[in-house]
Amino acid sequence: MNRISKAGTEQKGESGNQESRNRNSRIPFLLVSRLPDFLLIFSCLPIFLIHSASAAPVVIGSKKFTESYVIGEIAKRALTDAGLPVEHRQGMGGTIILWQALRGGQIDAYPEYTGTIVREILKSDRPLSLNEIRDSLAKSGVGITEPLGFNNTYALVMRRSEAQRLGVRTISDLQKYPELKIGLTHEFLDRQDGWQPLRQRYTLPQQNVIGIDHALGYSALANGSINIKDAYSTDAKIEQNNLVVLEDDLQFFPKYEAVFLFRLSMPTDAIAVLRRLQGTLDEQRMIRLNAEAERTKNYTRAADSYFEHHAGSASAVGESFSHKLARWTLRHLQLAGFSLLLSVIFGIPLGIVASRGGPVGQGILGFASIVQTIPSLALLALLVPLPFFGISVRTAIAALFLYGLLPIVRNTASGLQDIPRSLRESAIALGLSPMTRLWEIYLPMASRSILSGIKTSAVINIGTATLAALIGAGGLGEPILSGLNLNDHVTILEGAIPAAVLALLVQWFFDLLDRVLIPKGLRL
Amino acid sequence: MSALVKLVNVSKRYADAAALHPTNLSIEHGKTTVLIGPSGCGKSTLLRLIIRLIQPDSGSIMFEGEPITPDNIDMLRRRIGYVIQEGGLFPHLTARSNVVLMARYVGRSQEEMQPRLQELCDLTRFSENLLSRYPVELSGGERQRVSLMRALMLSPELLLLDEPLGALDPLVRASLQKDLKEIFARLQETVVFVTHDLAEAIYFGDEIVLMNEGRVIQKGAVTDLRDNPADPFVSEFINAQRGLVSL
Ligand SMILES: Nc1ncnc2c1ncn2[C@@H]1O[C@H](COP(=O)(O)OP(=O)(O)OP(=O)(O)O)[C@@H](O)[C@H]1O
Ligand SMILES: [Mg+2]
Repeated sequence: MNRISKAGTEQKGESGNQESRNRNSRIPFLLVSRLPDFLLIFSCLPIFLIHSASAAPVVIGSKKFTESYVIGEIAKRALTDAGLPVEHRQGMGGTIILWQALRGGQIDAYPEYTGTIVREILKSDRPLSLNEIRDSLAKSGVGITEPLGFNNTYALVMRRSEAQRLGVRTISDLQKYPELKIGLTHEFLDRQDGWQPLRQRYTLPQQNVIGIDHALGYSALANGSINIKDAYSTDAKIEQNNLVVLEDDLQFFPKYEAVFLFRLSMPTDAIAVLRRLQGTLDEQRMIRLNAEAERTKNYTRAADSYFEHHAGSASAVGESFSHKLARWTLRHLQLAGFSLLLSVIFGIPLGIVASRGGPVGQGILGFASIVQTIPSLALLALLVPLPFFGISVRTAIAALFLYGLLPIVRNTASGLQDIPRSLRESAIALGLSPMTRLWEIYLPMASRSILSGIKTSAVINIGTATLAALIGAGGLGEPILSGLNLNDHVTILEGAIPAAVLALLVQWFFDLLDRVLIPKGLRL
Repeated sequence: MSALVKLVNVSKRYADAAALHPTNLSIEHGKTTVLIGPSGCGKSTLLRLIIRLIQPDSGSIMFEGEPITPDNIDMLRRRIGYVIQEGGLFPHLTARSNVVLMARYVGRSQEEMQPRLQELCDLTRFSENLLSRYPVELSGGERQRVSLMRALMLSPELLLLDEPLGALDPLVRASLQKDLKEIFARLQETVVFVTHDLAEAIYFGDEIVLMNEGRVIQKGAVTDLRDNPADPFVSEFINAQRGLVSL
């Protein structure tokens, strides 16, 4: 709880500073002609900055696949119904990222699988009982619920009709049909606990085994190019494609029972709510919810249907598209706007220093250029392990800020360097002080170049901000990411088209700004 | 007559060559001193040393007997007007803003500036209607008039003009020459005027300073230079331009 409330106050502190910065900056701006008005305009952006939370909400995380999203939404709904403020950071990434976020206090709880806990988090090579797991996790300040009720493990699946025709019900039954063709994901083929040990345990005779992409494997199964493939046992595709899961009669596959991991310091009423979900989700049900999520492309609605069937609680209607779009767009603008503001605040002074050349100037330009060459995904990945950043909006803003720096620094420097020597000397010879020369003469003369740097930066930021969803920072990347996850083009476009439109609007806005801010004498 | 500006052993080197060898020179009060000489002889360098756009390597420059230092230069610059060939007008400011820039900076009020502005427009024959135009909207001659107004705005004691008419066509140049001469006569001001045109030098100059390769070769009235050349270069320089000038 400590950590959470601390993060809460930190956020409030930040936006407080922002406001006072606005107020301070306004006064000298009005005195010194109208020239750097653009700074003023940007300083308005943080008004719609990261809304500071009132009471620190319970933060639920989820992994980057449908089932995890759905369970996360279920938890969110359950906590909301219990009157607790809650935030769901969807699709934050893989196990390690979620685990670190949980330990670092950026999230309070997330759905996990017992097999994953044993292998990847506790790094044990033998199966552990739930009690053993609970004891080990407690050392990290993390608690675990009882299983939610389903086991999402690896499974072999085949067409229902074929299974009935051949009379295959268990994996052992496969021994009788050596001619069956098997298509496996590359991961399953390579895993230590994958195909090789499985074939040994069951002494499977099949020779015709190929590696095939997971999604393609379902098509191959449907058209009969293969007869058997691997799957997760709660995969929605099992029901959609009318397949059956072959029983693991020799208990080869480890248990991957779904549970919630939570911070032991989480409020007890929130823990109680999570515990109420224990044992309420069997495999059939989870498969149905997953199928519903993939069909409707709406995790919230899928989660809601859990409550409809379960407690018969009032059916909360899923968030409307326009509302979601507004939420994504607003968050997107917050991310891009705030990071742009930082880029401007730091970029222009750095550009001024860089314009003077020398080793410092070279160093600044070099640094900004190098940052620009780091792929955006890699930059995010580099920032996540740092203590202050982690899985948070801060990280997304920091990465975007660093990206936005180069165009502004470079254009400020070159705009200043392009001022003819005769004009610089005229300003000096008049007797103007260095500060006045900078504000009244040099910066306005470089304003076209500086503004075009800011414009470039803004457009880049709008595009790159879509990646922020990868670390749960939201924005228009959210539908793009879930669309990619669901292999659903419409959902991808729900994020991609608004992002493109936003970039155009920003471009247009800056063209307009040019007319207002670039002194008329430079536009004739 | 006293010297307003005095150069004592002032020299300036650039990496490869001396732009100005150690030089002594007095700029007399109330007179127009013309610096003349072939291109690259150091005329602009000398002017830029006085207004301290560049630092001398040796020697010192006095203004009214006080050495010019980095500490007092900003105050002195307000007492010196400086006009260059390209005008040096700031393109983002209107003609008016260019002219009053420095007056505004030192805190003059609108009421104080307005009469002075009118006076300068009369003096330089610049139409007040054009004051709201930006430099790109003015002709070369008009721009130089604005530059001159800007240099004169704070009633400087010294006016440094580095080929102010160099970029103008002959007709405009002739009319500005006439106006300038009138202005100098009316203001009774100390002027240092750089040109490489002998006719112009004779037209303006009470004193002519002939320079060559970073040295002052001779200083005096034009008749001195013609009748008592200090060096064969003096006669050579004068004879080369003789066809154009009747001495
Ligand atoms: N920044 C500089 N770096 C190196 N050399 C310079 C620099 N400025 C001037 N010089 C050199 O110093 C010498 C004097 O230059 P200066 O500008 O004073 O000549 P000038 O007499 O004004 O010539 P012009 O009539 O062509 O304007 C020239 O040889 C010039 O090449
Ligand atoms: Mg010159």
